[in-house]
Amino acid sequence: MTQSTSKSDTRVTEGPVYVGVDVGSSHTKVAVIDADEKLIGHMVKKSGVDFSATADHCLSVALEKAGADLSRISHVVSTGYGRHNVTYAASNRTELGCHAKGSFFYFPEAITIVDIGGQDNKVIKLDAHGRRTGFKMNRKCAAGTGAFLEEMSLRLDIPLPDMDTLARRATDVVQIGSYCTVFSATEVLEHIRHGKRVENIIKGLFLSVIRRIMEMDTLTDQVVMTGGVVAHNPYLVELAAEQIGRKILVPPHPQLAGAIGAALYAKEEKNDPETGIHGQAKT
Amino acid sequence: MTEEKKKQLLRRLKSGADLNKFMADYYYELDAAVKSGSHKIAWCTSVGPAELLRGMGFLTYFPETHSAMLGTTRMATDLIPTANAMGYSPEICSYLTADIGAFVKGVTPLSRAFKGIESPPRPDVLVYNTNQCRDVQDWFMWYGAKFNVPVYGIQTHRSIGDIPDSHVASIAAQIEALVEPLEKVAGQKLDMSEFKQTVALSRECSDLWEKCLSTAAAKPAPLTFFDATTLMGPAVVGRGTQKAVDTYRLLLEELEGRVSTGTGALENPEKFRLYWDGMPVWGRLSMHSNLFAELNANVIASTYCSSWIFSALDGEKPFESMARAYTELFITRDEAYKEKYIRGKLDFFGCDGIIYHNSRTCPNNTNCLYGMPQRLAESTGIPFVTIDGDLNDLRCLSDEQTKTNIEAFIEQLDEMK
Repeated sequence: MTQSTSKSDTRVTEGPVYVGVDVGSSHTKVAVIDADEKLIGHMVKKSGVDFSATADHCLSVALEKAGADLSRISHVVSTGYGRHNVTYAASNRTELGCHAKGSFFYFPEAITIVDIGGQDNKVIKLDAHGRRTGFKMNRKCAAGTGAFLEEMSLRLDIPLPDMDTLARRATDVVQIGSYCTVFSATEVLEHIRHGKRVENIIKGLFLSVIRRIMEMDTLTDQVVMTGGVVAHNPYLVELAAEQIGRKILVPPHPQLAGAIGAALYAKEEKNDPETGIHGQAKT
Repeated sequence: MTEEKKKQLLRRLKSGADLNKFMADYYYELDAAVKSGSHKIAWCTSVGPAELLRGMGFLTYFPETHSAMLGTTRMATDLIPTANAMGYSPEICSYLTADIGAFVKGVTPLSRAFKGIESPPRPDVLVYNTNQCRDVQDWFMWYGAKFNVPVYGIQTHRSIGDIPDSHVASIAAQIEALVEPLEKVAGQKLDMSEFKQTVALSRECSDLWEKCLSTAAAKPAPLTFFDATTLMGPAVVGRGTQKAVDTYRLLLEELEGRVSTGTGALENPEKFRLYWDGMPVWGRLSMHSNLFAELNANVIASTYCSSWIFSALDGEKPFESMARAYTELFITRDEAYKEKYIRGKLDFFGCDGIIYHNSRTCPNNTNCLYGMPQRLAESTGIPFVTIDGDLNDLRCLSDEQTKTNIEAFIEQLDEMK
């Protein structure tokens, strides 16, 4: 989903700004924060095939929304699969580090972060000081990722943005059992053939995503969910909370968690290079 | 980053050239023997009874080393599907599938590496030991049928904790039982004196290799796991020979020289010391080596490279000591033993973290499938990361995901320092 800017979003701000660029496999996210670590501009756009151009475009729009220009950028950190394609970044960090940073910013306690991205899932555990104590990424396949839901939306011929609303209307759950996206699609077709309601099928797909995540690791401490799938499917978070039997926290901009984390690192690296965690300088 | 800069991240060992020459001489000797008929050729599994075969005058060839070459040359992934189509599942050992695929296709990395060698040496007999897995048995049986030559095997006890004398006796009896049929193939009687000497040399080779690996306990470590995966060639194919002993003496001298001058394998300061469990990803040795070096991390020790340490070998008791040495391997043992073993290595080498390679087609050399990483992390406080991949089948690998996992792990270690 592309978030566009408009004139009404723009304003004039002052002082240095710090930029985080998260070039994900599906979407590129840019976050601009000010010296007070306030999010003053952001942009999300499909990454497409030219990561560098998309990152450039997102930066322009995010700066415009922040009421800033290039001259005010103090430091830029990139993250995500395309982190090495961001030509204007001073350093880069993994998306695991940046999602951790961005999530801990909003919820400074021992947390387990579940990020559901376009192509991979992450479970990241932080201690009460925000230090990572462990992490897991999904294995090779798309099970439980945004790509799984994208594929299913195509199979069901239902726009991705409509899935959350439809899932809420479910009166029952159709069980989807397979790990494999292709096998799951076959299961879905089988259910359609048997006349199952599409709302119930979609709820089943959401639960399948949640199950794949719960299989990855134990969800200890307070659970925080982030990522594009979370941003656009709040019902999935509600279902996940039901499944784990406790409340799940979601930051204000779940899709931007990685970009915000990168922006926070940018500020840290610029202002305190000794204590800032050690991003890989661009080479 | 340019390729030139990447190369500067690591200090190359001068004795690497000696090791290369050792391997070249080894393959040329085999090739010449086949062409001249001067020696009988035995194919042997990598932790099979090589000493007995040498003691009987066979030149010994190890298909696993050939498969590793198929991996390092990145030929394997193109050849594995050939074996898959023949009924050998993509889920089984990709050494087996790559090697059989290469045979069927009539290709070998030996001809690329060693001018004049056109194929692996034709076997007169094949001898395996199931101590590492059952796949070697199927692999060797296929070749036995193909070449119409005998195949003999040792069936080893698996998942064992303490090794009772009865186990050792049963394996020793199986090794001894090989003598008569092998004598028929060899056309000569076993020379016990030669056999004992071979076992003694094999022990010497093993001790030297262990000393070489142990130098990595120094800070900074003078070698990397990725160096060791190729340096171990003589311990695999040459154990039982004086040449292997001589080669490792030179290597040890160089490594000890590095230790005495505080010279590490990394050009940059060694900030993180890691342990690697599981098979290497042969087609990514260089990539992984550079990836860690760029992060100022050195993978200093591994389960895999330590698998060719046979401290029980004793020239005076060749059958019994071989039985014990080839039974007490890490891979044959139960989970409790394996956990204790890895804990010992982490302590000895002073490791900050563990990389578990979940090798898709080699469950026997993969130790992260039954909760061991979590148990070891709990008992040692040393964190881990698991990477999904394979020893040879690059279809099972995502380079980007591996890179992200490794980089994130180093970030995590950095936060904890």
